[in-house]
Amino acid sequence: MRELRYREALREAMLEEMERDERVFLMGEEVGHYQGAYKVSEGLLDKFGERRVIDTPIAEAGFAGIGIGAAMVGLRPIIEFMTWNFSFVAFDQIISNAAKIHQMSAGAIKVPIVFRGPNGAARQVGSQHSHAVAPFYAGVPGLYVCQPSTPRDAKGLLKTAIRSNNPVIFLEGETLYGVKGEVPDEGVEELIPFGASRVARAGTDCTIVTWGRPYYVAMEAAEQLAGDGTECEVVDPRTLRPLDMGPIIESVRKTNRCVVVHEHWPYGGPGAEIVDRVQREAFDYLDAPVERVTGLDVPMPYALNLENEVLPTKERVIDAVKRVSYAK
Amino acid sequence: MAKIIGLPKLSPTMEEGTLVSWAKKEGDTVDVDDLLAEVETDKATMEFRSFDRGVLLKILVPEGVTLEAEVPVAIIGKEGEDITELLAQVASAGSASAPKSASAPEPASAAGSQPAPESPAVSAPDSPVAPAPEPAPGGNGGRVISSPLVRRLARERSIDLRAVQGSGPHGRIVKRDIESYAGPVAVPSRVSGERLPPEVRQATSMRRTIARKLTESKQTIPHYYLTIDCDIGPLSDARAAINSELEADGKKVSLNDLLIKAAAVALRRVPGVNASWVGKEIHYHQVVDISVAVAVEDGLMTPVIRDADRKGIAEIAEEVRDLASRARDRKLSVEEMTNGTFSISNLGMYGIEEFAAVINPPEAAILAVGTVREEPVVEGGQVVPGRRLRFTMSCDHRVVDGAVGAQYMAALKRIIESPLNMLL
Repeated sequence: MRELRYREALREAMLEEMERDERVFLMGEEVGHYQGAYKVSEGLLDKFGERRVIDTPIAEAGFAGIGIGAAMVGLRPIIEFMTWNFSFVAFDQIISNAAKIHQMSAGAIKVPIVFRGPNGAARQVGSQHSHAVAPFYAGVPGLYVCQPSTPRDAKGLLKTAIRSNNPVIFLEGETLYGVKGEVPDEGVEELIPFGASRVARAGTDCTIVTWGRPYYVAMEAAEQLAGDGTECEVVDPRTLRPLDMGPIIESVRKTNRCVVVHEHWPYGGPGAEIVDRVQREAFDYLDAPVERVTGLDVPMPYALNLENEVLPTKERVIDAVKRVSYAK
Repeated sequence: MAKIIGLPKLSPTMEEGTLVSWAKKEGDTVDVDDLLAEVETDKATMEFRSFDRGVLLKILVPEGVTLEAEVPVAIIGKEGEDITELLAQVASAGSASAPKSASAPEPASAAGSQPAPESPAVSAPDSPVAPAPEPAPGGNGGRVISSPLVRRLARERSIDLRAVQGSGPHGRIVKRDIESYAGPVAVPSRVSGERLPPEVRQATSMRRTIARKLTESKQTIPHYYLTIDCDIGPLSDARAAINSELEADGKKVSLNDLLIKAAAVALRRVPGVNASWVGKEIHYHQVVDISVAVAVEDGLMTPVIRDADRKGIAEIAEEVRDLASRARDRKLSVEEMTNGTFSISNLGMYGIEEFAAVINPPEAAILAVGTVREEPVVEGGQVVPGRRLRFTMSCDHRVVDGAVGAQYMAALKRIIESPLNMLL
């Protein structure tokens, strides 16, 4: 296998799918001539031309709606939000149209569309531009929600998303775009199915469930804890809807303890959902209450020192693992 | 004004109940209809809800204790109210359920820690596991705090958690505590001349019901027993023939299903056995409803095949299978296991040749079925191979005299040895 950056893995997924299926097109702000605000779409305009790589004005409600309409009549749009914060002005299109039309037309009309872009905090972009949006979308039946942590999952899941006949929310990360990781060699096609959690690190003492940017924080914490003799098993759900609890429950039954680490706010959302299911499905196996390490329950501060504290930290993960392990 | 709360009768037949768990702790406010505790009765686990409003001032009995109805279990009153008088009242009522901290002395026991054995109210007070030390409430109002995992492990390993020291927050017993617990699970070595203390287990509600009913049966019903030996060959052949007929439908009947039918038909012919002693009357039943004894974990149940004399054998077989499997899962309704008119108990599958069963009141008789024996028999002066089965009927002499019982056994033998008889 070779190493690719997360952004390169995403680009390859789009490129391969656009080559494979001419109904696939990319639309969004700066995706074409500027080569992508974060260079995810670099080179795609040159390869596929203005008909399939479309720059839009700053009008999310408009181009999200155009995308949904295009999907309804048979195309397979990829709609890039420059960040997921801007999806809020297109919220009605996504929730009321994309997620509903298939059901409201009694299955007659499909909406095969992917909405993608960076999610969560970047670095000092302030409270309005730092939202971790998974809770807003993962609670909506009619949507798929992917949040890949690694380049390999990013590529494999995006290809699956583009081929999906239903709307997909695809959450990336500005600070993840530069992350390097193994991706199958050119010519080796890998589609990662929705609803397949992955055990990222094997361990026996505590289960950590995590995804997105905090995945790397949790992995670092797990390494440090291993030095003290506590082996954490890290499970990455990869898709938040559908949510594959199988490997998570299996792991908790083994370790008897669980810490869920995520970037979004603590109130509700996929993090709380996972905790709820763990306590129900592994009740008789829990030796301690399930804990969470989350983004703190505040609008993101601009100050860097505060931002670093609001996002899940390695120290908070280690403390939580020790608490559920009743360790000093 | 504070008042003593007694254990309510939660079902018409409830005589005693096990206080499974408290839903409130001392100091909690209680409103009318609030759940106070869960109580296991002879029938089911029921909710014990409050008729009073106030503060739960005192819990008088710990979880897991079995009590007669109306025995004091708690005191409810206003916050901070003085309840020493009520506590003394509870203690002097001779109930060992009063907490050990109660200052009033036990009337019949000088030692104090030893409950009066004749105590009418509490049948299993204090620590149920003999070698377990006194529970250490640790400020949790006597409630044992432990993780769900620990509760499961304790169940599996029969560990009394009250004896385990918790190292987690608020004294919570966690995995490592139970793993390092060497407690009474290990079998201690025997010092010569000394008798090891037994492992004491609380009897379940079902066991108590069995104990009560069967003791009552043996003590009040004058049992006598009739044994008859039958040639089971014809019925075994009939069974094989029926099963080959049923094979296409994927169905099967057992010898026991045929015996239920045979016993039911015989009851129609000798109806004097299908009766009950009720006070000064004898009730002769119009229906033939056969109770079938089914062994379940830690006890037995007797689901009833209604109108067994009028049902086809395949129908009986299906019903028995369904009832027995639901009996093992404890899914039978009360209606499905009461009001039989005659019982059958079969221990043939264990190789038992014959036995005498205890009558299941208010029925007047129970038929005990032994195993099929292959042995030489003398037929027309010749020794030939035979298949034999012995039945023993226990009869209530108040209802069934020897001659009537014997007529029944003869009728049964005729049917068993000539199964076509069932069709008559």
